[in-house]
This record gives sequence, C-alpha cells and structure tokens, in this order.
Amino acid sequence: MTAATPHPVRIGICVFPGINTDHDTWHAVTTFAGAEPVWLWHKDTELHDVDAVIIPGGFSYGDYLRCGAIARFSPIMASIADFAAGGGLVMGICNGFQILTEAHLLPGALIRNIGLKFVCRYVDLRVENAGTPFTQQAEPGDVLRIVVKHNEGNYRVDPVTLARMRDNGQIVLRYCAPDGTETGAAVSGTIGGSSPNGSLDDIAGVCNEDFNVFGLMPHPENSVEAGLAGGTDGRVFFSSIVDSVRDRVLLR
Amino acid sequence: MDVRVYITPKQGILDPQGVAIERSLPALGFDGVTDVRVGKFIELQVALPDGTPADKAHAEVDEMCRKLLANPIIEDYTFTVDEA
Repeated sequence: MTAATPHPVRIGICVFPGINTDHDTWHAVTTFAGAEPVWLWHKDTELHDVDAVIIPGGFSYGDYLRCGAIARFSPIMASIADFAAGGGLVMGICNGFQILTEAHLLPGALIRNIGLKFVCRYVDLRVENAGTPFTQQAEPGDVLRIVVKHNEGNYRVDPVTLARMRDNGQIVLRYCAPDGTETGAAVSGTIGGSSPNGSLDDIAGVCNEDFNVFGLMPHPENSVEAGLAGGTDGRVFFSSIVDSVRDRVLLR
Repeated sequence: MDVRVYITPKQGILDPQGVAIERSLPALGFDGVTDVRVGKFIELQVALPDGTPADKAHAEVDEMCRKLLANPIIEDYTFTVDEA
C-alpha cells in the first residue's frame, strides 16, 4: 500500500459576537503542517465536515448574565453538542471553556477570580493527564508556561463530582509553581501566587468523562511560534488534536 | 404578570464579591456583619394567555430560571409572581 498524502485535518473555529481570539486561534492552526482552519459561524448549524472544533476566547455576547450563558444557545452550539455526543473532539479556550460548562458539555462552572481583578499574566501549568486526545503529545508532569487573561476563571464544582473527576483523571491541567510543585492552593487568596484566580484544586483545564471535550482557561493559541514573546508551550494541545484525529482515521 | 427573580450564589460556593464587601464594612465602622452574599435581581413582564393557571405560570418561570437566568451548578434562585 502506498502512503497517500494525508487528508488535511480540518479544525473548525467558532465565531460568536464578542469573541476576540478567533483570528489568533486561526493563525495558530495554520502553523501546523496538515491542519486546516475552518470558520464556523454562530448562526449556522453546518459544521462543514470538520474533524475537531475549537471554541476560542473572548467575551461572547458581552458576557452578559454569565460568561458563556448566551452563547450556549447559539444555533452552532446545538450542532457542536451533537458532534461531541458522537465522539467529536471539542476544545474550549477561556470563554470557550465557560461556554462548554454553561452548555453542560463539561462539569462545573467558572466564577469571578478570587482577587476580583482581571488577571493577564503568564501561568505555569502542570500536565496531570497526558493520555487525553488534547495532551497526548505531552508527558505527565510537564510544566507549560502560557498566558491567562480572564476575570472569571475560578473553577467550581460540587465535591462529589470533583472526587469523581480526580478518580477518572478528568483534571488535565493544574496551576503550579515554575518547578512544577503545587503551591497554588496555599496562596490562592492572592493573585500573586501560582493560581491566578483561586480555582478549586488549582484546576486550569478539565475533560468530560469521555475525554473528547476539553476546556482550559489559559490561551495556548498565543504560545505557538518560536521567536515571539509567547514561547511555544501552547503547541502541544494543537499537535495532540491533529495527531488524535489522524489516529482515529487510521483506526476507522 | 410581574415576575421578580432573586439569584444568589449557592450555599458552599465561594462568593469573592461577598467576601470583599464583608471585609470592607468594618473599615466604615459597621461591625458584626457576616455571610455577605452578592446576587442578582431580575424583573420580567410575562404575558401568558388569560386564564393560565398559576401553577403553569410558576412552572414556566421556573424553567426560565433553570435554563438561562440562573446556573443551578453555582446559583440558587427564588422568584415571586404577581398576577396583576
């Protein structure tokens, strides 16, 4: 059998009014050989045969009522929920994470930062589960340095669900010290510590029980190009998605 | 009908705004304040057909709260309905 040129991995990028990192995300995807970004418009229901969906960050619908609460009812979200129910890969970044929790595609909710301030700075993240389709290119315990920029990143979930998430390995990323040690919770009363927002259990990113939906508050799309200020630690999420889609195609 | 919805952070859920207010009041000389919770108040006018039973109107408002106005994962809600 001769190896055919692989079909490009089509990554849908959802655009809602008020989203502002859609073009950053589009650009990030174009830096990966074999990946092809595709716009998904909030008023459409058509997913254009994408292999994975990214919901980017910003302030969808002005973050009125609650972050992500209005975007959740967009026509495109019904299609994305069906796509996820069928096993499709969906990653939500920042506001995208908030939208996925509001849509109940991910457990928990994101509330106001403990310091009541919008936080824009680098954070260190420890990869807790490197077995997900979104982190398979990482190693467990890897420490990634990526920027956060949010006002509502304080992850909350009920204790029963939290225990189940821990057991299942659904807590994929935790805020940590630069050396990977866990210091966030101890100093979460301030925004100067490892945790930028006081998130429960230092949670920065979670998966659903089927590990095909992932949300994270930090912005990997701003850390994909060597030589620019953001570093390249964000690449691992995109390359993991591309490889996961390829693996699935081979398995079919 | 005149609907008033009161939304508060769920018991046990951290309320950073409430904590900040609780810490500020003693600075103004108001001592003894505890359990400050900051929520939302939403007023709605809802037109239902004449003769709609009260329990149906309540069920409709309850559904609005569950689906959009509140996030039951982090918020509790109560509401009043004035039929006038």
